[in-house]
Parts: sequence; structure tokens; C-alpha cells
Amino acid sequence: MAELYVHTPIKEVDIANMHAGDIVYISGIIYTGRDAAHKRLVESLHENGQLPIDLSDQVIYYVGPTPAKPGRPIGSCGPTSSYRMDKYSPYLMKKGLKVMIGKGDRSEEFIADMIDNKAVYLQAVGGAGALLSRKVKTSQVVLYEDLGAEAIYKLEVKDFPAIVTYDIYGGNLIVDEVKKYQTIKPE
Amino acid sequence: MRLGDSVRKIEMNFITQTVKELAMDANCNIGKSFIDELREALKKEKSAIGKNVIEQIIENDTIAMENREPMCQDTGLVVVFVELGYDVHLEGDLYDAINEGIRQAYHEGFLRKSVAKHPITRGNTNDNTPGIIHIKLVPGDKIKITLAPKGGGSENMSLVKMLVPSDGIEGIKKLVLHTIFYAGGKPCPPLIVGIGLGGNLEKSALIAKEALMRDLNDVNPDPVLAKLEQELLDEINQLGVGPMGFGGTTTALAVKINSYPCHIASLPVAINLQCHASRHKERVI
Repeated sequence: MAELYVHTPIKEVDIANMHAGDIVYISGIIYTGRDAAHKRLVESLHENGQLPIDLSDQVIYYVGPTPAKPGRPIGSCGPTSSYRMDKYSPYLMKKGLKVMIGKGDRSEEFIADMIDNKAVYLQAVGGAGALLSRKVKTSQVVLYEDLGAEAIYKLEVKDFPAIVTYDIYGGNLIVDEVKKYQTIKPE
Repeated sequence: MRLGDSVRKIEMNFITQTVKELAMDANCNIGKSFIDELREALKKEKSAIGKNVIEQIIENDTIAMENREPMCQDTGLVVVFVELGYDVHLEGDLYDAINEGIRQAYHEGFLRKSVAKHPITRGNTNDNTPGIIHIKLVPGDKIKITLAPKGGGSENMSLVKMLVPSDGIEGIKKLVLHTIFYAGGKPCPPLIVGIGLGGNLEKSALIAKEALMRDLNDVNPDPVLAKLEQELLDEINQLGVGPMGFGGTTTALAVKINSYPCHIASLPVAINLQCHASRHKERVI
């Protein structure tokens, strides 16, 4: 299990270096997006053939933060469940999206598509929103302001921690780790 | 009949203020006893990644408490249980007063507005109302308000299943273990598992939610259920799911089962999962 420091935009070598179980500290610009924003992105792709935002070699963090208190760049900002974006992610990866950060497992179809697109899936610690907000330096809405917490924000982060969950080699942190501690198999 | 002296009048803005304070406190302050539970879990957790996750949760909850910030960005759909004394006279609409308290808390407390206007067309009500309000009449001239901001991640992994009597304890266990294993990290373990046994479709779900309001260390007065709670907790923690589903031996901190009589043909089972941001506050006024 290695520790990697990467800066956005993400380079091919960064992706190649990531293995399931590695801790990645991300710095630079990342974009937020959850259900409603994903739906709109994909709709606009269907309508215009292009995205309203350039996602090539970028990172999307699945989060809907709480409003920032005065003097702070952002409110609480932990990850939301990623499986809800499984339907939309393939379209964004086709447009160059390389890293997705969320929580929880995702569908087999997603994983296969992710590997085909040489992208990776990382998890941040769910429910650690106050702690993770300390890694965000600035935040700014860039699209869909009417969605409130579900708008797309551009976040400037420093050493934002996440764990590689699915890598491009088929590594799967969840399956590997759960197996080690499982003594009962559910039906 | 004239209202006698035994009837206590309660002003609605007193209810609004109470709800507001409970909602703001619940979102920021998990309570010292819950952090102590996490510390105990940390000692027992076998996975290194699992330990690290629990440490981050403890650090997070401490930052939230000290700085009066929400511990989680999902500040929830607000569930309110009201036990209303027969001898209370309310000088207005109780539902309105509660929703006004929620509205003020979510605005002034910098909490996320997480209520969609319509399940199909979506949109946002922009003030986190309406809450889900359950009112029960009880003897006396007091009002007890229990408030729980409930996150979507764990609620999405919850369910009601109508088992039949012959499924018995084995059937209940199978359903619980299956639900928690396949939910994995999505409901944000370590979990509190609220189970409603019996009643009917809606009653089972309601008592499962009520079970989540119980003290973490209470003992079920029904010996059959007390034994089942313990057995289920042991078995859930052998599933390997672990903190945030990263693998480990701490998948649940507690199992709480509430029950109710049911139809001779039925064995309703509701499973309401609660994430580690187990937020609920109560006050008697």
C-alpha cells in the first residue's frame, strides 16, 4: 500500500501508478457533481454532442456540501454514494474524465467501462465532512447554480485524501479487504 | 365542558424554538458517549484500514463538536417524534410550528437543504421542510420532542419485507445479513441497525425508526429480542464489511429491535439502517 501525491490535471502516469489500496493525496482543481448535475451534463451531451465543461484529465468528487459558514471556503463536504452516478459516468469518461471520488461500491458494468477508459475510482471517508472540509482552500460555483448544494463547484484542494478502490488493473479494494475479515457468508 | 386548570397552554413559538435548537445541536454534536463507543470499537477493530477510518470519524466528529459545524454534509431529512400530553392545549398548528423550527435551523445553522419538492420532478424546497412528523398522544401535560436528521445514504439501503411466520428467526437473520452485506459501504458503517418486527407494512417501518432512537447501551426488556439483538450484532460483524465498507470487524455498533403484535399470517420485518453519524436529540417541554 503506497502513498501517492498527485496534482490535477491527472496524467497518464498517475493513473498507471495507482493500485487498489493506495492512499492518494490530490492537490489542484477538482469538480463536484452529484445526481442532478450528472443528469444535466449527460442531457446536454445528448443534445449538443458536447459537455458545457471540459472534463478531460479531470477529477469529479461526488459531494453536495453544506453552505459555508462566514470566513470559511466551504461547509461540511464528505462523499455521497457513487452507485447513483453509475448510469451517467460512462458518458463522462468517454469525454476524458479520469478520476471519480465518492463512497461505496459500484456496478460491474461501471468497473468494466472504467477500466476500458483507463480511469480510476477512489473513495473518501463517508461522514467525515467536517474533516475533509479542511482540505479545501477555495470553492466557486461553475455550473447549475440553481441546483444549490447540487451545483457543480470548482474546488481548489490541497492533499485531499482518498483511497484507490478500483484501479485499471482490475484491483478491487472492497472485495479484497472484505474477504480477509469475512467469516459468515450471507445468502 | 370548559377547559380546566389542569390544561397547560403551550405557545407555538416555544415549540419552534425547541425544534430549531434540537436540529442545530443534532447536526453538530454527536455527543461524548457516542465518541466513547467509537473509541471502544477502535480498540477491537482488526483491520488497519478499518482502524484508520474509525480514527478519521472520531477526529471529524470532534472537529464538528468543537466548531459547531455539521459532522456530515448530508444534514438529512428531519424526522420528528412528538409525544403530546393529553393535558396540553396548543395555541396553533403543531405541524407548522415544527416545520418553522426546521426552516430556521437549516437557514441559520448553515445546514444543507436536502428535500426534493417532488419525487419525480425533483427540485428543492430550499428550506429543508417538510419534516416527517409522528405524533403520539400520551398522559400528562408535557411534550417530548425527539428529533433525528436522517441521511439519505443509509435510508436508501433500508427496507420492509413481509416474511411469513414459518420464516421465523432464521428468516429474519438471513434478511438482515443479506441486506447489510450487499449495502456494503453505501450506508456508511459502522451502523446502528434498527429493526421493526411485527405490526403491518407501515407499523414495522415506524417501529424500526423508533428503535434507532434508543440508547446505544440499553437492554431490550424482551428476553427473546435481547438475545436476537446480540446474536445479530455478532453475526453482522462477521460479514467483513467493516468501517465504511473498507473491510474489517466493525460493521455495526448496535442492533435495536422493537416489536408489535401482527396478523396471524404475517411476519413483517423492517430494517432501518443508521449511518455512523447517528444524530438524535430529545427534550421534554
